[in-house]
Amino acid sequence: MFRDAVLVAGKDLKVEYRSRVGAQQVLPFALVVLVIFAFTLDANHKLLQTAAAGLYWVAVLFAGVLTVQRSFALEVADGLRDGLRLSGLDPAGIFLGKAAAVAGQLAVLEIFLAGGIAVLYSASLHGVVLLVLSAVLATVGLAAAGTVYGIVAAGLGVRETLLPLLLLPVVAPVLLAASKVWAITLQSGPGAWGWMRILVIFAVVYLAAGVLAFGPLLEES
Amino acid sequence: MRRLLGIGSAAGLTLTAILGLFVTPPDRVMGTLVRLLYVHPSVAWVAYLAFGVTALACICYLWPRTRAPFWDRLAVSSAEIGVVFCALTLATGSIWGRPTWGVWWVWDARLTTTALLLALFIGYLALRRVTVDPGARARRSAVAGLVAFADVPIVHMSVVWWNTLHQPATVLRPSLASPTLSGSMAWTLLLSFLSFTLLYGWLLMHRYQNSVLEARLEDEGMEIALAERWAEAVPSGVGR
Repeated sequence: MFRDAVLVAGKDLKVEYRSRVGAQQVLPFALVVLVIFAFTLDANHKLLQTAAAGLYWVAVLFAGVLTVQRSFALEVADGLRDGLRLSGLDPAGIFLGKAAAVAGQLAVLEIFLAGGIAVLYSASLHGVVLLVLSAVLATVGLAAAGTVYGIVAAGLGVRETLLPLLLLPVVAPVLLAASKVWAITLQSGPGAWGWMRILVIFAVVYLAAGVLAFGPLLEES
Repeated sequence: MRRLLGIGSAAGLTLTAILGLFVTPPDRVMGTLVRLLYVHPSVAWVAYLAFGVTALACICYLWPRTRAPFWDRLAVSSAEIGVVFCALTLATGSIWGRPTWGVWWVWDARLTTTALLLALFIGYLALRRVTVDPGARARRSAVAGLVAFADVPIVHMSVVWWNTLHQPATVLRPSLASPTLSGSMAWTLLLSFLSFTLLYGWLLMHRYQNSVLEARLEDEGMEIALAERWAEAVPSGVGR
């Protein structure tokens, strides 16, 4: 299962590396989102500093939706999905691989966005251990849930409009918990660790759901 | 059976309306607003019941031994009713909240969870609508419905924490938290629960019947259309 996952993740990341869609479209989009938030909040430095954590995770979430779309749009061309189905790879492995590729791209994006809020919103990034740990957990949760819903919506003509509707309410707890951890940490407050539990539970539930459900869904999609 | 349910729920709802509007006393604090008590909790109960039935039906569909079109149809029928009643719950809650709390909406844990629940099942219905192949639709939506339902406890836990961390002292249900209901109020409330549950059963049976007919139309639609075209073609062919 894990060997298959590494293969699939390697394939997806290689395609992304060569096409550079993530680097040239998704990343600039996420940065533009940060800039636009500043417009709506009247470029008020104090307000932006307070809201930095939440705005950061909203930007990550939007970029995450695009990344998941992209991850399944890849399979449409040249009958790749049939290829994947006939390849004899373990469906659970395919799920983990695709989720890992999405998570990897999101992780790179998060590093850039963290720089973005440091520069644009003057957020001082301290408590790095907590920030990184919560970001890793949240990213795993987002990628797992995104990949589950990606395959549910795969092959439909209306995938682009349906996926955000399905995905955003589901990942609401991740958004809430991750922005709480970040907000607390950036303002050096107590109680950030409690929120980690939600991130852990969410990641575990959706990884398990994906491992169990991906086989039947891949078969008929 | 269906007619019995329909008549029962209609009679129950009428009686609830009469009792709720004219017989029961107004509340000392909330005045006549308290009459929303005979609608809002029972509507919310039906919404939760309907989503619970959908989740159970999704499980039964995914379980290989019990897989049958019955469960798929039951799931969608119940989900549609649930969405309507969930929207009604939020609407009646808002109507009650505006004069009582002074705002249409508060980010209370229960309200937030219910709103997200509505969004999750709107997504579920949207997914069903755009998937064409019946087998794929049943399987995908069963997974989506179940995964969405699994999200509800996590959402609830997170918003409960969110709220207790934000505003620890506000428990916004002073009157409902300590229910001192007089006799006629308690009976009317009970009756409203019963009649709305009957209404749910009645709607569910009708909606289920609809999906059976829909499936038949999908199966036989092509043949019917062909037969109609043939019937049109024959006279003109003879006439020439």
